[in-house]
Amino acid sequence: MGKEVPDVKTGSLSRRDFLKVSGITLTVPLIAGPRVLRVAGAEVKVFGPGKVPMTFTINGKTYRAELEPRVTLLDALRNEFDLTGAKRVCDRGTCGACTVLLDGKPVYACSVLAIEAQGKAITTVEGLLQEGRLHPIQQAFIENDALQCGFCTPGFVVACKALLDRTPNPTPEDLVRGLGGNLCRCGTYVGIRAAIAQAARMQRGG
Amino acid sequence: MRAFEYVSPTTKEQAVALLASKWGETEVLAGGTDLLALMKDDVVRPRRVVNIKEIAELRGISFSPRAGLRLGATATLEELLAHPDVARHYPALVQAALGITSPQIRNMGTIGGDLCQRPRCWYFRAGFGLLARDETGRSLVLEGDNRYHAILGNEGPAYFVNPSSLAPALIAYGARLRIFGPRGTREVPVERFFRIPQTEAEREYDLQPNEIVTEVLVPPPPAGMVSATYEVRHREALDWPLATASVALVLDGGRVRSARVVLGQVAPIPWPSPEAERALVGKTVTTEVAQAAADAALQKARSLGKNGYKIQLARVAVRRAIERAVQEGAR
Amino acid sequence: MAERNRVEVAEYKWPEPERRRLIGTRVSRVDGPEKVTGRAKYTYDVNRPGMLAGKILRCPHAHARIVRLDTSAAEKMPGVRAVLPLKKVGDEILWAGDEVVAVAAVDEPTAEDAIRAIVVEYEKLPHYVLDTDPKAAGERARPTAEQIEGDPDAAFREAEVVVEGVYGMPLITHCCLEAHGSVVEWEGENQVLVHISTQAVSGIAGQMAGPLGVPASNIRVKQDHIGGGFGSKFSPDSWGIAAARLSKMAGGRPVKIMLERDAELMVAGARPSYYGRVRVGAKRDGTVIAWESETWGTGGIPPTSALPLPYVLRIPNQRKRHIAIVTNSGPARAWRAPLHPQACLLTMAALDDLAAELRMDPLDLLLKNIGLAGERADVYREELQIAAELMEWKKKWHPRGDPSPGPIKRGLGVSIHTWPGRGHACRCDLTIYPDGSVEVKLGSQDLGTGTRTAIAIVVADTLGLPLDAVRVRIGDNQYPPAGGSGGSTTIGGVSSAARRAALDALDQMFARVAPLLNAAPEQLEAWEGRIRVKGDPSRSIAWEQACARLNGMPLTVRGENPGPGELTTAGAAGVQMADVSVDIETGIVRINKMVAVQDCGLIINMKTAESQCYGGMIMGISYALFEEKILDPVTGRMLNPNMEFYKLAGLADVGELVVHMMTGEKYDRRGVIGLGEPPVISPGAAISNAVANAIGVRVPFLPLTPDRVLDALAKKGGSHARV
Repeated sequence: MGKEVPDVKTGSLSRRDFLKVSGITLTVPLIAGPRVLRVAGAEVKVFGPGKVPMTFTINGKTYRAELEPRVTLLDALRNEFDLTGAKRVCDRGTCGACTVLLDGKPVYACSVLAIEAQGKAITTVEGLLQEGRLHPIQQAFIENDALQCGFCTPGFVVACKALLDRTPNPTPEDLVRGLGGNLCRCGTYVGIRAAIAQAARMQRGG
Repeated sequence: MRAFEYVSPTTKEQAVALLASKWGETEVLAGGTDLLALMKDDVVRPRRVVNIKEIAELRGISFSPRAGLRLGATATLEELLAHPDVARHYPALVQAALGITSPQIRNMGTIGGDLCQRPRCWYFRAGFGLLARDETGRSLVLEGDNRYHAILGNEGPAYFVNPSSLAPALIAYGARLRIFGPRGTREVPVERFFRIPQTEAEREYDLQPNEIVTEVLVPPPPAGMVSATYEVRHREALDWPLATASVALVLDGGRVRSARVVLGQVAPIPWPSPEAERALVGKTVTTEVAQAAADAALQKARSLGKNGYKIQLARVAVRRAIERAVQEGAR
Repeated sequence: MAERNRVEVAEYKWPEPERRRLIGTRVSRVDGPEKVTGRAKYTYDVNRPGMLAGKILRCPHAHARIVRLDTSAAEKMPGVRAVLPLKKVGDEILWAGDEVVAVAAVDEPTAEDAIRAIVVEYEKLPHYVLDTDPKAAGERARPTAEQIEGDPDAAFREAEVVVEGVYGMPLITHCCLEAHGSVVEWEGENQVLVHISTQAVSGIAGQMAGPLGVPASNIRVKQDHIGGGFGSKFSPDSWGIAAARLSKMAGGRPVKIMLERDAELMVAGARPSYYGRVRVGAKRDGTVIAWESETWGTGGIPPTSALPLPYVLRIPNQRKRHIAIVTNSGPARAWRAPLHPQACLLTMAALDDLAAELRMDPLDLLLKNIGLAGERADVYREELQIAAELMEWKKKWHPRGDPSPGPIKRGLGVSIHTWPGRGHACRCDLTIYPDGSVEVKLGSQDLGTGTRTAIAIVVADTLGLPLDAVRVRIGDNQYPPAGGSGGSTTIGGVSSAARRAALDALDQMFARVAPLLNAAPEQLEAWEGRIRVKGDPSRSIAWEQACARLNGMPLTVRGENPGPGELTTAGAAGVQMADVSVDIETGIVRINKMVAVQDCGLIINMKTAESQCYGGMIMGISYALFEEKILDPVTGRMLNPNMEFYKLAGLADVGELVVHMMTGEKYDRRGVIGLGEPPVISPGAAISNAVANAIGVRVPFLPLTPDRVLDALAKKGGSHARV
């Protein structure tokens, strides 16, 4: 596992795990620094295909891990940092269960490579608590029973937060365009609509 | 997903130098909404992925009444929607982008990515190739389930539909693409960018493996232009349209002086309809005239067996796009 | 329980309305905060130390024989810890997506690479995946015995009106958002720890013991939360067993196998398709006297069984035939209310067509024949009345075919349904600690229905405590066994067991504090955090003080269902109505409004009960308009094993939804009845009927896609459909 800095955790997958594989002689370094290619008069770093050291800013904290470029942001969050609020459901950018904010905008974490999310502010559902208190949309989800099994819920919560940040008083039309990228199987949409209305009222101070 | 190496150049010259001259070896990464799915499904297997989002000159949207609209290839769909001049002068583009009802896709997806995304044909995505043939060479589309496949331009060998949301509107507005490659910059009308592949080795657009789309240039709106897009979508939630039409009409004293009518999601390329345009020019738009144009647009359409209903949907899309352009233009 | 039995069995009953502070009110679910913050851990979220990633190689062909299988390259790859063939050369594969080899590696990318390094060669065999025409199915069509009641031939001769129609719905999938899967590890030679996404926490160990050769007593099963099941998650499945075997091969390290989305849709759940040709005979006044149906459908390789036809209404004279079609597709599993949505559509659509033929309002036709519903007829009558008011049915209804101009046509439809839903067998341990805290443990699971919350409500209300005084622990097979969550049996089972446990515990508490209050135990009651003498509230003791009398020893009481006193019964009745708009130029159907009126006996939590009805309607809208497991006749594969073309309804697709739960003494006295399944039964029929009412012609098959709607309009000869 990767680690949150400065909290140093021992990862589940150590270099030694690799070296223990019987009968295999490793000929390439496991974690290589980037190669540098000289192209069009400039030096360009080439990362991978092996593991690359990466640094992320997630919910205001710094996290580091060594990952292959092919690892998605979603898998990095879930498998390296144990931030499992964002869910892997379709894994193809069609259901919204993995929604996180990248520099404040909702995106599908399954369709972002971890390597390209470096240097951006990543906000997951775990980061919505304000001084340990529920965000108004989280409170409204609970009160309006906008969840059943709850597997789509973190994605919906993040998408609703993003919607309200941009559109404090969303119209039904805004809901079509603002939440069309999230799907629920249990059928919690009535509760979600009510939760958004309530959170909008709360944020207006009503 | 297979392993690959990742580069993130900061100039278009670097990007092009990092791309291979053969398809399949490298892929361009912009929004990632399509590329990552293709890689997870093992449909494309690049050894190198070239991220072009760090190239500053590929970004941004600007408008001037004299030069028209410039859309950077990596400008997002959400940036397009947020731009006041786009909303004012190019409603067909805005309506097309609004059909993508996922804010996540609109935040990630780029203008260039919308144009270069690969077909959604389920046989292509299952690994049977663009032309969707099995090992004996027979067309899976013709013998299998073609409910979402082409109704125009479907003489073969390709039967998928072009998935671009923006292309029909861009073509209706007469937009051009600027493309950068080893031999410098070239321009091509969006209309001529797309093509129907004849062999499995070809791609469905006019781009060399080591070229990238850098920007889209849309001419300034002529006086009297009205325009609109109409999509027929099964779901309100994020869903591919079953048929769309974008139209741009230049009206002169109530009569149509010139017309562009372009259908989407109905053919392997965005499908301009000169037949519909001829049915409109010189006329005052009424329901009957719009219907005649719609009928003309679909006259050559052909069902592959299970997609005949799309002919009707496309006809409705054309008629409603024309009516919408005229109604909303009158406001 | 013995003590209470000695006192008076009849006292095992639900509290009178004035004695309920939580039961029947609107209580927010107790695990809401965990779920909205992302803290809730599902099986998919379990990260164990040293955990390996498991992946499965699947067969791409619908029918094939394995002629070569070579895993040697995968075995040699760095980071690969175990390779487990699940099939061998010569084995026959009967559906696309079936499992061939499982691997475990240090991480997912490595496991994927290993899967790609495995060589399998197949001999393709002829496959068959079509299900709409039994005549075309040849020997794959398996007729079952004809069933006859009364004298259908005479009844049809006697009938003044006979209508005939074809109706049906295709294969769909469960599409649980949390895929099937588990994390399995060996703790020593003979001890297995299983985290699994399951509807049957207490039932998993027994299913794994045989295949693993380990006593069930040595298999620990855990699950905090589950991301949807809908009937598809009662088994460890072949991939759960594979995860355990891989773990053993890898020296006991935990192995996580969660299905990829495509596999989830291809092999981990399907609702069988059913189609039917139905004839109904009636008197001119609408009295239905005769039924005849020939049905067919597929659930993959296992043959489908006959439907409960005619649905709800026991038409006196019937003839029924069913033909099971065996196809090369992933096997069917129980899908929320098995067989009922299909039976409901075939019946309610046929009756709606009969009403149209008679030029009757279908609501009146249902009311006229509602006596055929038997003992629940009165409930349906009342519910139909309420639904009609909520829908403004009499104001909005028009005869079949909306006469208004323009392409958008509106219409109304109605349907009724039923479900047994008696509480399952269940045990729980309730512990009162000397500090006054209360804990309930049972090997149950909360599918999102609010099971945890319901248990807490029952116990808190019985003990006279606030909700947060009760801690509910479920999801562990070391707790007392509880039934699987299927058939809407959970709420009846867990609430009854919890009520009995809490009543017994209270008796023991009363016995201890009675001397302090100078009263007999049976004079005491628990109310608002105190134990007090009935009729003399001044003589009371705070709950915590009472618990201090436990002398430092926690008090644990076992509650069971079934048990003394009838706390749960069977037989829920419900009515749904739909108001739709259809664009007859595009065939697009939009839901304007739906109304659900539902009875489920005594309601424990009104908030989550309503959520079940909203959710059922939404899931119903989804299958009525969008869902279809599309099987390709050429390749035999599922063409839409993704959430892009396997379409679920989104938030903007569901319209306005209204729920009315039946309450009052008449419903309370029946005890608790399950609610998970009933509300998903009627939407298909109600929406199909509404579309017919709007456009003037029946669209025979779900989902009501543009092509099907336009096709029906074209056959009617409508001027707008010009395909």
